[in-house]
Amino acid sequence: MPKVTVDGQEIEVPAGATVLQACEMAGKEIPRFCYHERLSIAGNCRMCLVEVKPGPPKPQASCALPAAEGQEIRTDSPMVKKAREGVMEFLLINHPLDCPICDQGGECDLQDQAVAYGRGGSRYHENKRAVTEKYMGPLIKTIMTRCIHCTRCVRFSEEIAGVDEIGALYRGEDMQITTYLEQAAAHELSANVIDLCPVGALTSRPYAFEARPWELKKTLSIDVSDAVGANIMLHSKGREVMRALPRVNDDVNEEWLSDKGRYQVDGLTKRRLDRVWIRREGTLQPAEWTEAFGMISGALKRGKASIAAVAGDLVDAETMFAAKALVNACGSQLTEARQTGMTYDVSNLAAVNFNSTFAGIETADAILIVGSNVRWEAALLNVRLRKAVKAGAKVYIIGPEWDPTYPATFLGSDLKILNRVPKELGDFMKSAKRPAVILGAAALAKGALPAALKLVDKFNLVRTSEDGSVWNGFNVLHISAARMASLMLGFALPGGMADVAAAKPKVLLSLGADEMDYAPYAKSLKVYIGHHGDKGAHHADIILPGASYAEKDGTYVNTEGRVQFAEKAVFAPGDAREDWTILRALADALRVNVGFDSFAELQAKMIAAVPALGEEGLADYGALPKADSSAKAEGEIAGYPIKDFYLTNPIARASAVMQQCSDELLHGADVKEAAE
Amino acid sequence: MADRTPAPDTPELRARWGAFEWTPENRKTADWHIAKYPEGRQRSAVMPLLDLAQRQVGAETDTQGWLPLPVIEYVAKYLDMPVIRVLEVASFYFMYNLKPVGKFHVQVCGTTPCMLRGSDDIMTACKKRGMKKGEVSEDGLWTLTEVECMGNCATAPMVQINDDNFEDLTPERLHAVLDALAAGEQPKAGTQEPGRHTSEPAGGPTTLKDMVTENHDYRGEW
Repeated sequence: MPKVTVDGQEIEVPAGATVLQACEMAGKEIPRFCYHERLSIAGNCRMCLVEVKPGPPKPQASCALPAAEGQEIRTDSPMVKKAREGVMEFLLINHPLDCPICDQGGECDLQDQAVAYGRGGSRYHENKRAVTEKYMGPLIKTIMTRCIHCTRCVRFSEEIAGVDEIGALYRGEDMQITTYLEQAAAHELSANVIDLCPVGALTSRPYAFEARPWELKKTLSIDVSDAVGANIMLHSKGREVMRALPRVNDDVNEEWLSDKGRYQVDGLTKRRLDRVWIRREGTLQPAEWTEAFGMISGALKRGKASIAAVAGDLVDAETMFAAKALVNACGSQLTEARQTGMTYDVSNLAAVNFNSTFAGIETADAILIVGSNVRWEAALLNVRLRKAVKAGAKVYIIGPEWDPTYPATFLGSDLKILNRVPKELGDFMKSAKRPAVILGAAALAKGALPAALKLVDKFNLVRTSEDGSVWNGFNVLHISAARMASLMLGFALPGGMADVAAAKPKVLLSLGADEMDYAPYAKSLKVYIGHHGDKGAHHADIILPGASYAEKDGTYVNTEGRVQFAEKAVFAPGDAREDWTILRALADALRVNVGFDSFAELQAKMIAAVPALGEEGLADYGALPKADSSAKAEGEIAGYPIKDFYLTNPIARASAVMQQCSDELLHGADVKEAAE
Repeated sequence: MADRTPAPDTPELRARWGAFEWTPENRKTADWHIAKYPEGRQRSAVMPLLDLAQRQVGAETDTQGWLPLPVIEYVAKYLDMPVIRVLEVASFYFMYNLKPVGKFHVQVCGTTPCMLRGSDDIMTACKKRGMKKGEVSEDGLWTLTEVECMGNCATAPMVQINDDNFEDLTPERLHAVLDALAAGEQPKAGTQEPGRHTSEPAGGPTTLKDMVTENHDYRGEW
């Protein structure tokens, strides 16, 4: 570990660290544009110049210079100050002075650093360079005249996303960043280049001219668009969520966010259920809360126990706990969250958990994916798998073909392969140091879980490595943000939805369940408690308006079993209430006692029932169950559950931006011009 | 500077070049270039392959050759690499023409040494013959481009025409070269100064004079 001196302060840095990292460790701020922790080093902006001895008597780019024993680094000398001023002056030669009309204003690296390190005025009197507008799709707005050629976006799409679509054409002063033939950037993480862009060249198209960063209220939240549980920050103005940005969490989303999680938020203000509706003579008509509650208690007059609750994909743990408390207080056990009818065994949650963790799967060296289009089901996990492949892992996939962005071997879509593993695959998995199996929703639906559990012994997936750490390579990848919390709460029945249908409940509470089949419940009173007028609301007899994830506090558990807490950013519109208050009021109407009167009481009760939900971080589910040796997997995986990446949940389906993405990027509709 | 944007992606362009494929000889050459690089580094062959493709287009159209977008895509596919990466290379280097050129691509150096030695006259002479910067002349023979330093400063002014340099030019010498080319002959490449071989000093060497006759060892004299 080399020892270096930064501004007279001696520090020890890890081997392989750069001078820039050494300076950061010493607490010095180094201005930079092209350098980014998660991308390769380019060294082309020259903003990070420092003085280094020994070395040539000129400033050095610290981002690309390895820290070496005995280096004397100065970040505060006149040479450094002059160098930074010089670089900044060069960068500003061609950068337009349009900060007042630029969306990056207020959160612009160039703006901030020009103030901090620039020389205050320009000596340049020639014309500035102008670059033609580039089209990069419905999410990314480009004003390429502002580009300073840091190439972060190029490196992101090549290295992280794995889709080489952005490049730097021409050379020198004429260099331009563009996509090939100005096609739209069409992958699930494309909008991350907006965060990476240090200037206003790439900005958010849906958010264009909407707000300034300093007038937004920032709320820490959790993304519910998939089961990854990406950490996000909701930026709201008044009663509207203006945008969602990723937060840094190296264990979950690093600092990326899928396009759906980022841009579905405009759906929060569209197609909202903001008042009570009751179906009369076949049509939904506005009504009052008391009327609705009266109808529900009327339907249960002959026996309260004939009530069931089904939870949707976006529901938080507290809502599910409140619903379960209500249903149980009525004397019923009918609660189910696997709304599409899956029936896998949930007696041991380790068997349905992503045990390797997202950070851990990066270190796997042999990965078998069974029935999952990871790119669409968990775009951020695919980034991790890509990293694993770059580090030398090999990936095999069972299921219909999709483009993983890394080399992978498709083994066909017949699940029988799990019963008789081909020798090549078996030998490879056994000889691997950290083998992993990822079981996706398509395989779960086909009942492949017991057969997959047999692979734990066969491939020796759980093992203790030489350094004493335990590797668990058995993983289940869910696609619903509510799934793990619902299973922890016991919000499941052995027979799944079939058990609910067989019980023929008089009242069916649907907690935002939009993907379920309502046909078996023709005779039930269907009560939809949710926030969007989607499929569930179309089938409902009574609609009670609830709150979306942005409008309530709540606990979410991601597919790794990571308990995370989201906060309320804005108030729900109109008459809509936080879901637990609706269920609490319904308990009064039904004259049952659920045992809580406030959110704090509800949460305390929930944590008392399931202590793991009270602690943020990975829940411990214990050891994997013993596999049933007679288990057999059968059937073909005909397709994956997600047919359209951009339209998987009611919020996304209500979102105009997601609809446009779906039309343009997946279904090839013509680009809509602003004038149309 | 030359217009470096690719020729527009039109249906006509696709129809003309969409079916582009290596000729059997060129396929051999292409594979030979690719084989020079270690396994997994086949993309390194992108530059020779683009050159080869440009020459093949040139042979098909009886010009110096250029790179239509479908041909760039073909090269990308042949090397299994993203098109944008190939276009980055093609748009970076001036040796790749992104727009159609004439049979002879006259590249006049206009950088300081050549300018001091009369490149303006060379440029005027070219224009007098009907050449226009960045355009193919009406007879399809000439395309004129002004370029930056080609490294022939000792024999300035110079022009590069396709694969050959013509140096020590005067307008008369240039006309002689161009006339010969137009007539289908191959003029002598290199310096046009009578009595000069390459870029040795005019009037004989001024330094290292003893080296003219033998491999003289100067070390003792230092």
